[in-house]
Amino acid sequence: MASVTLRNVQKRYGALNVLSAVDLAIADGEFIVLVGPSGCGKSTLLRMIAGLEDISAGEIRIGERLVNDVAPKDRDIAMVFQSYALYPHMDVAANMGFSLALRKAARQTIAERVAGAAGRLGLEALLARLPRQLSGGQRQRVAMGRAIVRDPQVFLFDEPLSNLDAKLRVHMRAEIKALHQSLKTTAIYVTHDQIEAMTMADRIVVMHDGVVQQVGAPLDLYDRPANAFVAGFIGSPAMNFLPARVWRAGDEAAVVLADGGTLAIDAALPVRDGDLVTLGVRPEHPRIAASGALAGEVAVVEPLGLSTQLYATLAGQQVCSLAMGRVAAAPGEPIRLTAEPGDLHLFQRETGQRIG
Amino acid sequence: MIAGRSRAKRRLAAAGLYAAVGLYVAFALFPLFWTFKISVTPQSLLYGEGITVWPSAATLDNYARVLRATDFPRYFLNSVVVSVTTAAIVTLVASAAGYSLSRFRFRGKAAVAFLLLLTQTFPLVMVIPPIYRLMGEIGLTNSLTGLIVIYTAFNVAFATFLMQSYFDGIPKDLEEAAMIDGCTRVEALRRVIVPLTLPGMGATLGFVFTAAWSELLFALMLINSENQKTFAVGLLTFIGKFAVDWGQMMAASVLALVPACLFFAFLQRYLVTGLTAGAVKG
Repeated sequence: MASVTLRNVQKRYGALNVLSAVDLAIADGEFIVLVGPSGCGKSTLLRMIAGLEDISAGEIRIGERLVNDVAPKDRDIAMVFQSYALYPHMDVAANMGFSLALRKAARQTIAERVAGAAGRLGLEALLARLPRQLSGGQRQRVAMGRAIVRDPQVFLFDEPLSNLDAKLRVHMRAEIKALHQSLKTTAIYVTHDQIEAMTMADRIVVMHDGVVQQVGAPLDLYDRPANAFVAGFIGSPAMNFLPARVWRAGDEAAVVLADGGTLAIDAALPVRDGDLVTLGVRPEHPRIAASGALAGEVAVVEPLGLSTQLYATLAGQQVCSLAMGRVAAAPGEPIRLTAEPGDLHLFQRETGQRIG
Repeated sequence: MIAGRSRAKRRLAAAGLYAAVGLYVAFALFPLFWTFKISVTPQSLLYGEGITVWPSAATLDNYARVLRATDFPRYFLNSVVVSVTTAAIVTLVASAAGYSLSRFRFRGKAAVAFLLLLTQTFPLVMVIPPIYRLMGEIGLTNSLTGLIVIYTAFNVAFATFLMQSYFDGIPKDLEEAAMIDGCTRVEALRRVIVPLTLPGMGATLGFVFTAAWSELLFALMLINSENQKTFAVGLLTFIGKFAVDWGQMMAASVLALVPACLFFAFLQRYLVTGLTAGAVKG
């Protein structure tokens, strides 16, 4: 087990900047999730840590060791690929023991370690099978087993669950998390799925366009997103965004929406009268209230049983409101909404940066 | 009623399909059959019986005479040497070239690929005179080595593309997984990629072997001494000034088919596709 330290790590293809100056300190035993939309550079960053891609500038350390010029095989890491990348001509046992066999480990040791990992993952009965004789979920497990047998310093996961069906994905998510809790090996996990990130990570690294947007614990990111991108990416259904203008008089402050509806905001926020902002409200925060200051019209009602998602047209935009239980509303009806000052997020209109 | 009718229809469709396939196979195999038939027809009956599907008496005399009284065994051995050597060299070179075209980015890669393609566009007849001159200068006319050099040169481009497509079909992830597991690139190639490329190499081997085995034009141009002839050239010796010895010629042809058939029978297990199935999602 080891810490992983990235300092000013960059990747350029010619003039194209794929990753700009990533600084990241990953603690020993931590479960870090790199998340972002496709093309954000998260997989590239993972592959650079693995040594499969050169780095254009900066340094990567695993533990105390600078690994910039160390070959992948000597970095003491294990990687689980999205495609699983099982060796088709080797049976499950040989797949899992391959790294040990390459290290000339004793036959006995290999057999014990493979059996141990297989026991952990419930693969005992499949050891003599070839990859093509396995289901997708089983292949995924073998890929995990191959990584475990190594007993590496760091686990790297490249979207390992994206090829599984939804139900299996939820199951394996919990299993990987449990595995990490028992092995306590540093893990770096890449996904585009923010729910995977939220449920598995000790800390999440949100990336966009090759730039790290925010690093933090899942709920910190949820409660205090650093900018509008993080706010919109983390959370499902996504945060509502409405253009607004700040109104300020004495000790009172509010935002005024396009249709003139106003909502009180925290007066301590560093905003001036007339500032143009983007108002962010998570779907669970708008409350339906007869006295609500925001007037709109119900567009769609989605009853989910446990909760109800209601989409209303407000100031010319669709706003999602999530309420527990059932909501008696029909499309076309007028609706009034309100929200508490503490639940509102303000972002600068131009830069998207969080205010306050 | 409806189910019954549809079953009848299905049967009719199946019958039609088999009839079409049967017709196709018969069409494709008929020349082979005819060759074989003439090879076992006694000389005396060849013109006497008219056109029949099978002669009234069959004999192996033609085979015996081809093997004992002609230089055919010599031609045959020459062909084996030339074809096997060419196939082996081309497969090795094409595998290496195909792998680098598939996996590496290097300066001039597009140009190399284009030049390889360009070599495939020349009509052979056009390049024979210069090649003849060239081979004469360096003393490679009338030699099996000369034929091997030329066959290798002419087959390597296509074989390279063939191998490249096989390497392209093997996911990069496999190599990368091997490199993380502890392989160098060369070890990953040897322990993971090569075993998975065997079908491709088998196909290439078979393709080049067949091409070299049946080549006539260069062999005819470059070889003139009796003991260097390949069987394709040798077959022409059965055509005399005044008569064609059909029986022996056909017997020799049938014999020439044997190694090609054996070769493919041996390769067949490598040609089975789907070996990479299960490597990645699918």
